[in-house]
Amino acid sequence: MGLLDQRFEKSNVLVTSLEGLLNWARLSSLWQMQFGLACCAIEMMAASASNFDIMRFGVIPRATPRQADVMIVSGTVTLKMASRIKRLYDQMAEPRYVISMGSCSNCGGPYWEHGYHVLKGVDRVIPVDVYVPGCPPRPEALLEGIMKLQEKVRKESVVKKKSA
Amino acid sequence: MLTEFGKVLLFLIVGAMFVVGGLVASWLLRPHRPYPGKLAPYECGEEPVGEAWIRFNVRFYVIALIFLIFEVEVVFLFPWALVYRELGMFAFIEMAIFLTILLVGLAYVWVKGDLDWDKPKPHIPKIERSHSPLRASETAERVTA
Repeated sequence: MGLLDQRFEKSNVLVTSLEGLLNWARLSSLWQMQFGLACCAIEMMAASASNFDIMRFGVIPRATPRQADVMIVSGTVTLKMASRIKRLYDQMAEPRYVISMGSCSNCGGPYWEHGYHVLKGVDRVIPVDVYVPGCPPRPEALLEGIMKLQEKVRKESVVKKKSA
Repeated sequence: MLTEFGKVLLFLIVGAMFVVGGLVASWLLRPHRPYPGKLAPYECGEEPVGEAWIRFNVRFYVIALIFLIFEVEVVFLFPWALVYRELGMFAFIEMAIFLTILLVGLAYVWVKGDLDWDKPKPHIPKIERSHSPLRASETAERVTA
């Protein structure tokens, strides 16, 4: 627990203003963990290029998990890679988000039945915030995934959860 | 009235405020939930192996020293090239002497063998065979005999 995070029992006008500021700052600079796994990564690169320009959403690729906010799992998660993904996710600083891009990382995709080497969905090792369907999804679909994640971040709260 | 060094002081103070302000703000706002996996050193997703402090081969020391000398030589060459036209022949002879001294140094390290990068020679044990297979030349000799 930080000094402010999850410390408030009740929400008031100050807390909601702080929340608004924090969430706005977080959703407008969702720095991306720079790695690609398979053909979805090609679409992710296309999304970064000038036609689609993912940077206008504040998504900047970072080469270290310490500076990254969102991990875009773009492609087939093999069992060998799954342990690495888990480790990289652990090393990211909070708050951290995961976008599962493409059928392979959503559920195993074409490898769902006979892929002896493929993890059947990245959500078996790390929590996923947004699933982007497609095989591979077009860059527009990834952009929509980013926008969905921004909507999610906008609704986040620093107030302590009741159930916890 | 602010002196010229006063401006530098002001710049330093504002710079320090930016750094401290950023650190304090992130300390206030960030979630703080450390666990061993999060604190582990980042080695491209691999399991970290060994210490971050590793020993470099001592041969790099000589290379670094030689590099330092010739780097300083280049640093001296730049201002020399700027004033070369004004000083004329004097500058040329001056720099020629300087370069000669350094060249003698280079020849010295070369002769001493400090520029050689000798690789470690592993000891490969020879396997003695009682029934060694015949080589092609030997079989040829036997056939002719």
